[in-house]
Amino acid sequence: MITKRIIPCLDVKDGRVVKGVNFLGLADVSSPVKLARFYSDNGADELVFYDITASAEGRALFTDILCEVAKTIFIPLTVGGGINTVEDFDRVLKCGADKVSVNSGAIRNPTLIRDAARKYGNQCVVLSVDAKRVDGVFRVFAKGGRENTGMDAIEWIRRGVDAGAGEIVLNSIDTDGVKGGFDLEMLDAVCNVVDVPVIASGGAGGIDDFVKLFQALPKVDAGLAASIFHFGEVQIKDLKTALREQGVEVRI
Amino acid sequence: MIAIIDYGVGNLFSLSSSFAFIGQNAVVTGNPDVIRSADRLILPGVGAFEDAAKKLRESGLDRVILDEVAKGKPLLGICLGMQLLFEKSFEYGEYDGLGLIRGAVRPIRDVIPKDLKVPHIGWNSLSFGAEKHALFRYLKEGDYVYFVHSYYATECEESVIASTDYGSPLTAAVANGNVMGTQFHPEKSGEVGLAILRAFCKM
Repeated sequence: MITKRIIPCLDVKDGRVVKGVNFLGLADVSSPVKLARFYSDNGADELVFYDITASAEGRALFTDILCEVAKTIFIPLTVGGGINTVEDFDRVLKCGADKVSVNSGAIRNPTLIRDAARKYGNQCVVLSVDAKRVDGVFRVFAKGGRENTGMDAIEWIRRGVDAGAGEIVLNSIDTDGVKGGFDLEMLDAVCNVVDVPVIASGGAGGIDDFVKLFQALPKVDAGLAASIFHFGEVQIKDLKTALREQGVEVRI
Repeated sequence: MIAIIDYGVGNLFSLSSSFAFIGQNAVVTGNPDVIRSADRLILPGVGAFEDAAKKLRESGLDRVILDEVAKGKPLLGICLGMQLLFEKSFEYGEYDGLGLIRGAVRPIRDVIPKDLKVPHIGWNSLSFGAEKHALFRYLKEGDYVYFVHSYYATECEESVIASTDYGSPLTAAVANGNVMGTQFHPEKSGEVGLAILRAFCKM
């Protein structure tokens, strides 16, 4: 049976991984290539590279790095950050990305998802959404979670899937960084309206949070996290062993 | 030399990188002469069947592939490239494939339980049945590979060499003599996938 996916997310700025990373036996922890290799060897099912560079030079550096990673690591790679046009899709796909994640770019450009899905297929287009409760309603936030767009998150995701998004990454701003577990209520609301894979993001503090996620919401396909993996608080191998013991199917 | 056939569909970067990684000389090419001089052929493909089949025909590469296969050259179709090996596909209509393997390609939705999602995306395990094909000589029963597809090959029982379970058994790989195909992506299936490509290079 299909397995639940565990996905580490790497933030890359000017060709280097940002956020403090703390691994035993890994000397250059800010090298995206080395870190990607480490994760791949240790059971990651997929990798997400998020380009937080602002400059054009940094973007070029990012695609160089992506090519380097794709030449040696043969698991699915998703790229996000700064994707505003179909040309941006082209730029990262040529360097070995399998999927491209859009967020603010899709808010600014309403035809981006449709255009990209038509050209590259739905499986290639990931809609990433930062959402937060405002007066009891899930709202879409843009610009890295700083700006309330006023849009209803559930409606936005439904429209995105209709336009051709083949996967949803739902990042709950309410639970992000709190390490108190994933936002099960928000995830459930999304799973009820879409029939494409949903990836949970924001809130993982430990192994138990992933167990709870997949047990409570069997419709969620994957769990994504950054800091708990980067800081070595959770080893993917341990996480997968625990999931399997709890009856959640994973690739070991 | 391995020819990765380029007929204008799909991203061939990972495929060519994976052969380079295992020390094999592979070229991405749409040149009939290069394809004829290759020892082995890879037929890749992503996207819709109709468009891919059309491109393959318009480029004339369908004839080249059929000629080379008739001479006994090993061919591996991957994902949509595997589906193109069949007689027919019913993806948004009814379209002819290369007819190298008997059977048809039909929507997954027709055979899986309602609560399962389409496409079938992610890592799923392989089951080889009674006899393990040489393509899987380095694998063990239950090894995981990466799938992304909405259609599956059926009516091809005699050619199935691996299946996977997605609420219903789905064809994961097929073979008919020197013609082989995988529905999953070996170039995205980590060490297991590379081991399949290695085995293909020994055929």
